[in-house]
This record gives sequence, C-alpha cells and structure tokens, in this order.
Amino acid sequence: MIDILLHIALVIGIMLGLVMIAAGLIWLERRTLALWQDRYGPNRTGLFGTLQVVADMIKIFFKEDWIPPFADKKIFVVAPAILMISILLSFAVVPFTPLIGVVNLNIGLLFFLGMSSFGAYSIVLAGWSSNNKYSLIGAVRAASQMISYEVFMGLSLMGVVMLSGSFNMRDIVLAQQGRWFFIPQFLGFIIFFIAGIAETRRLPFDIPEAESELVAGYHSEYSGMKFGMFFVGEYLGITLISAMTTTLFLGGWLGPAFLPPIFWFLIKMFAFILFFILLRASLPRPRSDQLMALGWKVLFPLSMLNVLVTGALVLYFKL
Amino acid sequence: MPDIVSILKDKFPQGILSVQLTKDEFPTLWAEAGSIISILSFLKKEADQPYSMLYDLTAIDEQAKNNRGEHPESIYTIVYQLLSFERNSFIRIKVPLTAQTVIPSITAVWPSANWYEREVYDLFGIKFTGHPDLRRILMPKTWIGHPLQKCHPARATEMAPFQLPEAKQVAEQAAMQFKPEEWGLEKTIADDELMFLNLGPQHPGTHGILRLVVQLDGEDIVNVVPDIGFHHRGAEKMGERQSWHSYIPYTDRVEYLGGVMNNFPYVMAVEKLGGIIVPERAQMIRIMMSELFRISSHLVWYGTFAGDLGMLSPVFFMFNDREKVFDIVEAICGARMHPSWFRIGGVTQDLPNGWKNLIQDFIDYFPKRLDEYDGMVMKNSIFKARTVGIGIYTTAEAIEWGITGPGLRATGFEWDFRKKQPYSGYENFEFDVPTGKNGDCYDRAGVRVEEMRQSLRIIQQCVNNMPDGPYKSDHPLTTPPVKKNTLEDIETLIHHFLNVSWGPVIPPGEAFCSVEATKGNNGYYLISDGNITSYRTRIRTPSFPAMQLVPLIAQGYTLPDLMAILGSVDYVLSDVDR
Repeated sequence: MIDILLHIALVIGIMLGLVMIAAGLIWLERRTLALWQDRYGPNRTGLFGTLQVVADMIKIFFKEDWIPPFADKKIFVVAPAILMISILLSFAVVPFTPLIGVVNLNIGLLFFLGMSSFGAYSIVLAGWSSNNKYSLIGAVRAASQMISYEVFMGLSLMGVVMLSGSFNMRDIVLAQQGRWFFIPQFLGFIIFFIAGIAETRRLPFDIPEAESELVAGYHSEYSGMKFGMFFVGEYLGITLISAMTTTLFLGGWLGPAFLPPIFWFLIKMFAFILFFILLRASLPRPRSDQLMALGWKVLFPLSMLNVLVTGALVLYFKL
Repeated sequence: MPDIVSILKDKFPQGILSVQLTKDEFPTLWAEAGSIISILSFLKKEADQPYSMLYDLTAIDEQAKNNRGEHPESIYTIVYQLLSFERNSFIRIKVPLTAQTVIPSITAVWPSANWYEREVYDLFGIKFTGHPDLRRILMPKTWIGHPLQKCHPARATEMAPFQLPEAKQVAEQAAMQFKPEEWGLEKTIADDELMFLNLGPQHPGTHGILRLVVQLDGEDIVNVVPDIGFHHRGAEKMGERQSWHSYIPYTDRVEYLGGVMNNFPYVMAVEKLGGIIVPERAQMIRIMMSELFRISSHLVWYGTFAGDLGMLSPVFFMFNDREKVFDIVEAICGARMHPSWFRIGGVTQDLPNGWKNLIQDFIDYFPKRLDEYDGMVMKNSIFKARTVGIGIYTTAEAIEWGITGPGLRATGFEWDFRKKQPYSGYENFEFDVPTGKNGDCYDRAGVRVEEMRQSLRIIQQCVNNMPDGPYKSDHPLTTPPVKKNTLEDIETLIHHFLNVSWGPVIPPGEAFCSVEATKGNNGYYLISDGNITSYRTRIRTPSFPAMQLVPLIAQGYTLPDLMAILGSVDYVLSDVDR
C-alpha cells in the first residue's frame, strides 16, 4: 500500500516538475532569445524576471474563456487538451534516473511514437474546429508535416533498437554504458532530432503557425487558458524531444559519478533545449513543400539506409 | 535628329494643339483627347528612342486657376508623363477636357495605366472609356464626391457634421460584403472550388494596412487582388491648402521610412519654380542626410524581410543599427523619423559641432555589421531557397509596369537617377550602381544590401569634402529667410515678414522634380498659379506601380512565396496611398 502511495506521489511529482520546467522554459526562452538578439527580455518581475511566468499565468487564467460562435465547440475545447495529454503521457516512459520514472514499459519506445502520433490530432482538430481559413491552412500543413516526419522518426530509432536489442527505454540507456549511441548512430541521431523539431513545430519548422503568413496558424482563434495549453504544450514538447534524445543517444542519466544521475540527465536535456532556442534565434522558415521534399527525398532514404547498414553490421559482428 | 516636339507636330498635325514651356524644361505638349491613344502608342512603339515607361498619369482641375496663360481651354487636364531610357528624358502630354469629362483609356497601350486611371477617376471623377475595371481605388466605395476636384471640401470643418444613422450604417456594412464578381474574380476553376483568403488589412505579413484578396487553389495562388487606400490621407489635397513652406512636414510622411529624402524632390521642385540656386554646402548636406535615411530605410526593409521568411533575430540587430543612424539624425536635425529638415532654398540649420565624428564613427562601425548580416541572412541556404527564383520579372516587364529603383536594377538594368539625371551635385560623387541578374526576390534583396555600402561611400565623401559656406540661399523666396540682414535693410525685412507670416509667393509655372528615393523614383509635380499655396501637388511614388505589379508576379506561387514577394518589393503603404 505504501509503495503505491509513494509511486503515486512520484508520478504527481514528475508531472508537476515537468509542468514547472515547461513554464520555466517560457522565461528561459525569452531571456536567452533576448540575449542572442541584443536586447533585455523580461527583467522586471522578480529576480532577473523569473516571476514573469507567474504574471503570464495569472493573465492567461483571468482572460475571458472565449469560444468563437462559428467554431465547433466540443472539438474546439477538447483539442488543446489532447496535446497536453499525449505529451504528458509520453513522459511516462522516460527514465530520468534508475529510480525516477513512471513506468518501466517493455515497449516504451513504441509507446512514445504512438503518443507523438496522437498529438497530431490535437493540431488538426484545433485548426478544423476553429472554422477559420488561416487555422485550416495551418492544420492541413501540420497534418502533412507531422505525419510524414513520424514515418522516419520511427525509422531513425530502429538503429538504436537493434544495437540495444530492446524497446525498453531503461535497457536502451543501460546498453549505452561505455559508448553513447550518438557515436555509432550519428545519422539516426541527426534525423531523429530534425524530425523532433518538426514534431514540436518549432522554428525552422513552425510552418503550421507561420506567423508572417498565417497569423497564428492552427491556434489563431484560441485565447486564455486554451491557448495557454498550446503554449505550454509547445514547451513540454521541446522538453520531451530533448529528454528522448538524451535517453536514446546520449546515455540518459549516465555520466561520471561526481554528480548524481538526475543532474546528468538534466544537463544533457537542457543543452538540447537551449539548442532548440538557438535554432529559433537563427534560422528562417522553409516552405512546406521544401520541408516535405527534405523529409521524403533526403531524410527518409537516409533513415532507411541507416537501418540497413546498422542491421547488416549487427548481423555481421553478431553484436 | 529633329526633336520630339517637331516630330509629333508633323506626325499629328490635328492632334497636337500647342506646346507649353515649363520650368522643368520637359517637352510639354497639349494634345487632343481623340488622338491621345495614337500619340501615346506612337511614342511608345514607333518613335526613335521610344518613351517606353508610363511614368505618371494624373489630372488637374483647372477651374479655379489664375494665370492660366495661353493654353487650350480646359476644365480638367489629364497629364501623361512618359520616360525614355534611351533619350534619358521625360515628355509630358496634356489633354484638355472641356464639356465632357470622358477620355479614352490607354490601358491597351500601357496596362500599368489601369491603376492610374482608376485613381484619376476616383479623385477627379473623370471617366475612361474602355477601361477594364473602372472603380474607386483610394477612397471607400461609398464615398460621395471626388476629393481632388476644387469644389470638394478640403477640411472636415467645411463639411456637415459626421453622422451615422442606422440606414447609412446598414448601407456601409452592405458595401463591405465581399462579392468576388466585383473584384473580377471567378469562384471556380476547372470544376475545382477555390478558396478566397482575406489577407489584411490587419495581418502581420503585409507591413501596414494593405488588404489582399487571395484566391487559392490549395496553397497555390490563382489570383491576388490588392485593395489599397486604407492609408490614404489626401496628401495631394493638403498640398493645395498648406503654404509652400508648411507643406514640407507632410512630405516626410508620404514615405515614412525615407525621412528627409521625401523633402528632397519637393523643395527642389519649389526651388525650380522660384529660380532659387541652393548653395553647395546645403546641397551636400541634403545628399548626406538622404543617404543616411536610405541606410535606415533599407535596414528596416532588411530586418522585416528576413522576418517575413521566419527569421526572428535580424530585425532586432538591424533596428539597433537603425537606432545608431537615428542618433546621428537626431543630433543634426533634432528629430528622428520625420525631421522635415529641408527648407526651400537650403536646410533648416547648419551642421552642429562634432557632426563629423558622429558620422565617422558610424561609417567605421557599420561595414562589419553588414558583413555579419550577409553571413546571417544573404548566405543562409534556407533564405536562398525561399527567395531565389521567386517572384521574377524581367527588365521589359519592369519598364512596362513603371517600376523604378532597386526593383528595376535587380533585373539587371543599371538605371539610377542619381547617375543618369544627377541632382543636387550627385555628379561629383563616386559610387557604383549595384544590379541584379534574374529579377527575383534574392536579387532585389542583394541590390538593396549593396546599396547600403554605396550609401556609406557617398556619406564618407560628404564627410571628407563638405564645403564651407552658407547652408541657405539668400534668395528672397528662401523660407524662412536668412535672418542676418533683416534689421539692416528694409528689403530683407519685408521678405522675412511676408515669408514667415504668409509664406512665400511662388511665381506661376509648373515643375517636376524627382529623386532616387529608397523605394524607387519619387517625384513631385508642382503647379503654381502665383499664390502662397500650390495649385496642384502631384506626388508620384514608386510604391504605387510596384503594388500594381504584385498580383502578376505572385500568380502561380504559393502563399509563403507571396510573403517573400511582398517583402522583397519593399513598398510602404503610406507611399502607395499618399
């Protein structure tokens, strides 16, 4: 009984921690972007502006909960929740340290891929139910982008699965003792990360919301807390992809013993998060057809090649 | 070779009514309405060294004019201004309209006449027979009257108080209903239902209050119809009620990124009318300030263009640099974006102490930044993928549609008015005219980036060679006049008193003056009938024809490309609508 209660406490703790990190990322992104753009960013509320997040949250909670009269109400309300749910569920399989983690699932990787496909529904339904042409275009772009990038996101991970011989995330981390997978699986690492950016719809792949073209894309009609869910969902998505990259390619919690495992995990994860932000500060946005061409004509064949070569080598050396 | 006036007189003995002498010394002919199409198509197609660009088309309401001179009887006069690149000269054809305010449309000769004729119809009520789409362009559809007619009130206080009874509100709202037929759009294409997307007037990608009705097949653009006029402030009408001097601040706001560059053609045109010779120092100060504003305007374009393509950071870097330019402008002029600093006959004040160091610091600092920006924007492969081969037009098309400035040079045609028709002493400067090759978005961007470097060169030469001497002419029409002698002789005292209280009285005549502004060729066509205000102020802006061309170069591309095209054209809505 006490075990179950402890585990429930752990799960709640992880969830709260993640939401806190995602909210903190709003501040982190605004400050680091500002740093790279020769300006200050939010620096007035609290120490270095850290309470900006609280101010933003208060604002967003007290905004009118507006549903446009022309929208499809039920779907409009459910859509942002789907995004939050699918991303938070994905975190269930992430092993933060040997002790911290929600479940130890033997198909952890497949569960993650499944959940990230599920997230695409949120965007498509949000755009569709808004009944706005900009949202619709955004949703259509999102659907095509996310579904195509899902294909080789999965494929790019097969090399990791072959090397570790398991879909279990913990086994994958343990298999990296001595050599992290980003060395033998460098191609897979790059492809997974690119697909991850496309999945989170971040610049340079923020085509579904492309501000200068589509105003705000699929969430143009959203405001208040429902917009807040998309907003925090975006940061949760960044955290998720960073955590997954860390787990799958950078040895998760592994690292020299002078720091506890959770620190190693967080350090690696935040390095990727900062990289996400740096990308946003530096790159323009390709057109959606260019993104699709890159996906199907370059990344897809490369990930197939990666699977073939890794498979052949694994067989040959009987690893 | 006989000059064009005698050629036209021989060719059209009936059509040409008379010849007019103007202060700008352009060949100016009065022609008869019936033969205008044949005269213009002769000038465009058959004449030696043809006049291939319809530079401007406008009208004058002659009904209240004093000092008309010996010209054909006319109520409204239509003015066609053509530019020949081979001759490097303009020609002006005027058509008098007497009883009937109807004239044949010349859209068959120049398709670019379309918007100009709509503008004349909108503002003067003159009908063009054979025009494909004659409806209002700047004023709202429900507007009553034609504002540039002399009988139309110029101020709200001359009109009845504004009221919006229910019936009027309903009618106004009904007029806003979108009916594709009115826009010349068809609902379907080959059984496919198309989508109409209303882009603007409030949209982050249009840089101002521009409305585009886009017809989409998926994301492919089938048609774009611009709806302009949201930024129309009646700048030309205001020119008819402000004194020659007090109109200068309005010009600043015509192309609001160009600052004092907008004063430039206006004060030069007034000086031409008044016969004022501007001292050398004033001329060079004017050039220096204009080039500073060219840099500042191009920086805004650079940052926002990159922003249109999804780059978040450049706009911050470039606005920081623009701030440095504004610091200089502020130190010299006392204001930042709209200093209104040029005066008839010179500039407001002399340069302040220490101006050289300020500018030299910037000249030393800026090239490195430009190189950095090249690496960040121009050499970025995604940026190239978004701009190379997008929104192409050729030199011939650019000339056909009246495009000037970087948009014309990007097609590979080296035509810069600072070189070809030097004004204010540009002939003394060494600088290159950057050109592109393909006339796509990337080339238009490249030309502007290089222009900033050339502007720096010009500014450096100004710093090195700034002559001494007065910053204002001592011509009696200089406004405000030089104060120095006013308390010593009665003549200057009177000039000072009159010019400051009334404003200068500019002798009758007409003159056109243009400069190579940031967006292209910006010209003022001023007509004086010997009064303290201008009788007609025509502002020919480069953004207006550029906007007219957008639909043509956007067709067949996708929605994201439309944003790249809009950004690369570099229009300013206040410059389109005036």
